[in-house]
Amino acid sequence: MVLLEISVNGKGCRVLVDATTSLLTVLREQLHITGPKIGCETGDCGACSVLIDGKLRRACLTNAMSVNGSEITTVEGIGGSGGLHALQKSFYEHHASQCGYCTPGMIVASKALLDNNPTPTELEIKEALSGNLCRCASYVNIIKAVKSAALKTSNGGGEP
Amino acid sequence: MKKRGKGLAVAFYPTGMGGGGDFTNAIVKIKPDGTADLIIGTVELGQGACTVLPQMAAEILGIEYEQVKFINDNTDSCPICFGSFASRVTYFAGNAVIKAATNARQKLFEIAAPDLGAAPEDLEAVDGTIRVKNSPEKALPIGQVATKGLYEKHEFVVGTGSFGRPRSFPDPETGACDPLATLAWASVQIEVEVDTETGVVTVIDSRSVYDVGKAINPEMAKLQVEGGAIMGMSWATLENLYPFYPSPKFQPRSLGQYMIATTMDIPHIETTMVECPSPVGPWGAKGIGEMTANPPSPAVVNAVHDAIGVWITDIPITPEKVLRALEEKEKAGN
Amino acid sequence: MTFKSIGKSKPRYNGLDHVTGQAQYVDDIFIPGTLAVKALRSPVHKGIIRKLDTSRAEKFPGVKGVITAADVPCNTYGYLTLDQAVLADKAVRYMGEPIAAVAADNLEAANEALDLITLEIEQETPVFDPLEAMKPDAPKVRPEGNVLMVGNRPYRLVFNGDIEKGFAQADEIIENTFFFPSQEHAPIETQVSLAVPEKDSRLTIYTVTQGMYFLLRQLQRILGQGDDLTNRWSERMQYASRGHLGFCDIKYVGGNVGGAFGGKTELHADAIAALMALKTGRPCKWRWTREEEMLYSARHSPWRMTFKDGVTKDGRIVARKVFSIHDAGAYTGLSSYVVDKHAFYVAGPYYLPNVEVKCAVVYTNKVPTGAIRGFGVTPGTYACEIQMNMIAEKLRIDPWEIRFINAIRNGDQLATRTKLESVYLIETMQKLAEALNHPIDKKYASLTSAPREA
Repeated sequence: MVLLEISVNGKGCRVLVDATTSLLTVLREQLHITGPKIGCETGDCGACSVLIDGKLRRACLTNAMSVNGSEITTVEGIGGSGGLHALQKSFYEHHASQCGYCTPGMIVASKALLDNNPTPTELEIKEALSGNLCRCASYVNIIKAVKSAALKTSNGGGEP
Repeated sequence: MKKRGKGLAVAFYPTGMGGGGDFTNAIVKIKPDGTADLIIGTVELGQGACTVLPQMAAEILGIEYEQVKFINDNTDSCPICFGSFASRVTYFAGNAVIKAATNARQKLFEIAAPDLGAAPEDLEAVDGTIRVKNSPEKALPIGQVATKGLYEKHEFVVGTGSFGRPRSFPDPETGACDPLATLAWASVQIEVEVDTETGVVTVIDSRSVYDVGKAINPEMAKLQVEGGAIMGMSWATLENLYPFYPSPKFQPRSLGQYMIATTMDIPHIETTMVECPSPVGPWGAKGIGEMTANPPSPAVVNAVHDAIGVWITDIPITPEKVLRALEEKEKAGN
Repeated sequence: MTFKSIGKSKPRYNGLDHVTGQAQYVDDIFIPGTLAVKALRSPVHKGIIRKLDTSRAEKFPGVKGVITAADVPCNTYGYLTLDQAVLADKAVRYMGEPIAAVAADNLEAANEALDLITLEIEQETPVFDPLEAMKPDAPKVRPEGNVLMVGNRPYRLVFNGDIEKGFAQADEIIENTFFFPSQEHAPIETQVSLAVPEKDSRLTIYTVTQGMYFLLRQLQRILGQGDDLTNRWSERMQYASRGHLGFCDIKYVGGNVGGAFGGKTELHADAIAALMALKTGRPCKWRWTREEEMLYSARHSPWRMTFKDGVTKDGRIVARKVFSIHDAGAYTGLSSYVVDKHAFYVAGPYYLPNVEVKCAVVYTNKVPTGAIRGFGVTPGTYACEIQMNMIAEKLRIDPWEIRFINAIRNGDQLATRTKLESVYLIETMQKLAEALNHPIDKKYASLTSAPREA
């Protein structure tokens, strides 16, 4: 077992982990942060999407020790203490979920998109979310929600 | 060369278990603060039962949707629901909720009647109050009525409701039976683009018209139609668990090997909802959860035929099948 | 009439939970001391178990329990036919059929222990193609035969009118065969069950099921709590004396599911997780990997459908004969239900004065099939709607027109002789034409679903 020190959603965490454990297992089973979901454990579905030092990553494919010292953001940390992020509000208002299992990953991936590209085109949104599977196929409303959130944040009207 | 084609398909779909025999029970409890608990064993799996059922309870009780709690999480306290399948929940669970809420409302009427100086049948539940019909000024807040019931009349305001259909077995000789509660209807046109060099079929446009009886929550109904349309197109062009059917060899083992539609696969989608009410459905509602995935796959097949003149009657329409069919067509000299 | 809630696009009740990551699914529940469950599955498509020895696995460090068929109080289940075993004891009929299960402190130990189970299976010749399986000399998937008997027939028969008379009136006979393949439901949440022994000798099962009560009865039977009260009582004593399960009994906890599409109507992980919890006295969680979900969960059955239609030159269908084959896989499951549902609707939403449908359930040595969105009707709509275009092509009639000519209307009957009301097919087509600016002939633009004149 080795000591892992990471910051998750702004909170410092020190946990003993198996050197081969994935970040997803540490987040869910040891820290009980369950926003990132297990969908495939092969990197195909995107339900476990998190931000590692601001970059979009699959927690299931990430060895926990390989991100020692990093800042991790999950869906729970997107809104922060300031309430809902513009994306969360927009997903809610646009009915952009059905079963909701892919939603945490969708929101994290959308956040990564808007951080790098505050005014994406529809195609850019589609490309950015193409690695996040939604079997209920709420895609039409998800794209609308991201567009609307982008408008609000780029106009300076939304949350950080 | 890229060739375009359009394909039409229509569909109908029964609400409820084939041959009947299914039912759902519901409990509606009024609390002293004037809000309500809807307790029901119906599973929420994304279809929106957790939203449309409270909407129905709120409508009957004359309170806000936000004032209804949806409690459906265990078999100890939630009454029996047959299940969330067979496009049955809005219709069956919905009718059970209407009965339970009506039953609870009746108890509120009976408690409030003496104070309002009217008979229970002359009362109505509107805007969070129990009031005398045609005399809106004679009104009591529902919370006050429920509290009076608890503290003075020792009447716990809880309503129950059950709704189901009897089992109808097919006649062994003819198959005759009464298998359905109601039918929903749809017409769909899909437009595809076929690349005759690569064989790739791209769905570019999907237009649907669905008769939902009554859309209890129009945006969620529309989302369900569009999600189903995308699943149907995904079946038509991508999905196959037995690529060498009937051999079970080379079955896909991951979501990388078994492709399902992503954001990049979705066409332009437009949906129109029309309402031909079911006489028994809640406010006329019919179930459409499942059928939304049905017409897209034949519509895609018909569109591919329209585009390149070949019939591919074993979906998914893979590039390989398209190229083989085109080759055969050429050989036949068509 | 004005409504306050009905017809309003109210926000999703659990929508805020979805967007903040607070929505709780079964796998998000953590109970200290929970054991990880893994199953040993049949490595062959068909065979007889000759030897099963779990003693080495039981001794492996971290392993808290191993179960085989001998640990299942009532080892037959099924919605309509009790033909399936929770854990196979003798015959295996598909690759992946569960034979034993291990519960251990962690997944690694459970997986390693599986490798220590000695399993010898005498392989037999499997059959995969339903057309082969229907032949009299085919290898037997099931001892009672490869085709499900519906009453005294090897298919469900539904007919209305006089099919031969109908064909005699036809100008053309149009016959085509359609194949609908097998799909995986592929919800992003896989099968997962967490079974927890609780106070008062009760067992709580956190599950992904679509119908909590739908499965409860099956599970009660498997755990030895049949419908007969006397039996229940004696079984209760048996379990209570082991300190594991009392009279009443099982509590299902669920209600929030990460997508299902029909794929969560089977027992899947529930029964084995429950048996494991009873065996070990500890909470036991069995979460299927995506690979298990892809390879072994109930899937959409493949369907082969042949339509033979008699049509007149002016486009009326005067006879429609359908024969469908449903490839059920190795066990009945819901196949005897879906064969009926398919037979009721496969002929399509058309006015068919003479119609005959035969639909057969055929067993093959493949993973059992199960419910899916559109169960039974999906392949029917698929075949019927392609056939309609094929008729249109042959008769040189527009695909819209062929449907307007034959569209079912109020007062018309299905093949089941059910008289229909609130029919709205013609109107949805007219509305679609309007949305598309697609021109339709005046006589079809003014058509309605009003009953036909006698």
